[in-house]
Amino acid sequence: MAFLVGADCLDEMIASLRSNGRTVIGPAVRDGVITHDQIESASELPLGWTEDQDGGRYRLVPTGTDERFAFSSPSTSWKRFLIPERTLLLRARRSNGTVAVVEPEPEAPSVAFFGIRSCDLVALGILDRVFLDSDATDPTYAARRPDVFIVAVGCNRPGNTCFCASMNTGPTPTSGYDLVVRELHSEEGTEYLVDVGSERGADLLAGLASRPAHEGDLQRADRAHETAVASMGRELRQDYVPLAALDPDHPRWDDVAERCLACGNCTMVCPTCFCSTTEESTDLSGTEAERWRVWDSCFSLDFTHLHGGSVRTSTKSRYRQWLLHKLVTWQDQFDTSGCVGCGRCITWCPVGIDLTAEIAALAVPAAATDLGGRDV
Amino acid sequence: MVPHMYRVLSRRQDLADTVTLALAPIDGQIATPSIGQFNMLWAFGIGEAPISLAGVDDDVVTHTIRGVGAVTNALCAASEGDQIGVRGPYGTGWDLDGAMGRDILVVAGGLGLAPVRPIVTRLFARRADYGRAALLMGARDPESLLYRDELEAWRSRLDIEVEVTVDSAQRSWRGDVGVVTRLIDRAPVEAANTRAFVCGPEVMMRFCAQALVDLGVPPAEVFVSLERNMHCAVGHCGHCQLGSSFVCKDGPVLSWAEAEPLLRIRER
Repeated sequence: MAFLVGADCLDEMIASLRSNGRTVIGPAVRDGVITHDQIESASELPLGWTEDQDGGRYRLVPTGTDERFAFSSPSTSWKRFLIPERTLLLRARRSNGTVAVVEPEPEAPSVAFFGIRSCDLVALGILDRVFLDSDATDPTYAARRPDVFIVAVGCNRPGNTCFCASMNTGPTPTSGYDLVVRELHSEEGTEYLVDVGSERGADLLAGLASRPAHEGDLQRADRAHETAVASMGRELRQDYVPLAALDPDHPRWDDVAERCLACGNCTMVCPTCFCSTTEESTDLSGTEAERWRVWDSCFSLDFTHLHGGSVRTSTKSRYRQWLLHKLVTWQDQFDTSGCVGCGRCITWCPVGIDLTAEIAALAVPAAATDLGGRDV
Repeated sequence: MVPHMYRVLSRRQDLADTVTLALAPIDGQIATPSIGQFNMLWAFGIGEAPISLAGVDDDVVTHTIRGVGAVTNALCAASEGDQIGVRGPYGTGWDLDGAMGRDILVVAGGLGLAPVRPIVTRLFARRADYGRAALLMGARDPESLLYRDELEAWRSRLDIEVEVTVDSAQRSWRGDVGVVTRLIDRAPVEAANTRAFVCGPEVMMRFCAQALVDLGVPPAEVFVSLERNMHCAVGHCGHCQLGSSFVCKDGPVLSWAEAEPLLRIRER
């Protein structure tokens, strides 16, 4: 059963979550972008802001409205709150030749994700498969993830780089939340349709001023959903994906390698890229050692380093590894695509490489391209 | 993800850059490994490296390490009594038990003899359980032959064929000269009833596996052990990915039926 609340209620939700001891993470304008950060009230939400996103382009643009969720994919994903950029794996001390190892207790901060969009929510489910459902459970992820209180938000204004509709991952959240909020904006003002996804979500909402939603409210939300689906900036044709994987020597791989800087931006902003490396260091006396896990990218040359050289030395092979892992081999490993259609890898690519365009080009057999096949 | 500390029981300098360490647990210890699996060995303050098991004897694990980087050089420099971290065992092993009654062919190149060594020792321990057996060994030159004493002892046995070839040698060398694939054609086994275990540089494994398949050994009966740079060893860090496999947990031992499509594409 859905409820209708006013804008004040968002503030009360945040206050209530905070009074339960949770740190609330939500979208906020920081340094000229919308990102996810700790927020203390609804006044920090990006009221009146949307973005202009395109390949290699991101600009904040005022909406002139009082919408708080009129933006699309924030610059960073939520993964850093579950698999932080740096995690201490162990501490050790060596004295008189004896080594004592201490595994730090994983931090388990009590947090709420406020305003997570459908694509990013699906991404959390994908990370669950990697870190919780696989043969080995990751202690850091497992200590954080189950307790996270999730207030999801329906996406009304997909960006120019968005394609969640074609990935079947949005724009409206369908599961995996405690509460879901959908912004209903009109000339008369902005209200919020709230639906409950869990008992603790119901408990939170019960303490707040709301009225049961009318049929008209639900219809407005449905119309917003339809408008959002129709305004996706990009499409990733699912039938192209297996075709794109057929020819590892397709000339388009060389073509994209010419453009790709192998900078790894796409992997950093991707909500599901999970690769890491380990760094080990000692103090100056050599008696104390620490091992840290640090985000890594399959675009770096030393990612596949073995004695005698790297396995994937060319940018072509590294781009191919990334794209085909994300869309194809991920399916074999985790029974889901690794892509949720958030479009961040397009927006934050310094040269604007667009995976939807690459897939479309790769899906055309090389011989057909030579004969003047589909132009992309 | 935290290693158990082991003590270096013994250290043997095999080659100029290669050392074999026997390690005994101090407090806790890893689960009993299967042959063909690997451990992550930790040099305090330097880092970890995936090293396959060269032997398992009760609680003692044996590893042969070539010093090629910061971690492996530090491990090679360990002395008797030093402490080394061990976590594992990880990955798939050599399925020797599943080949009882059949012919066994072991093919090793260079340092690749270390991971297949437990196959040979187990074969000797249960010799009657298997049919004909052969070890084909290739190395750069006689001086870089790993476990030379052991090889000579094995070669003197009458219940296993041991052939050794080197790429180049002085006149004093009495064995074969040439690549190890050449020994495969004349291996004294019945190909259709053989299980083969191959370990060495990737290019050597490719050629050997192909030669074995050409000889008539079914691709599903040829096993290779792949090398990638495992960091976590539990499928979370991504470094060892090869196609749809994480070599750390889906490998390192794969059948040629599984490995051939993965290795067919360059720089996969």
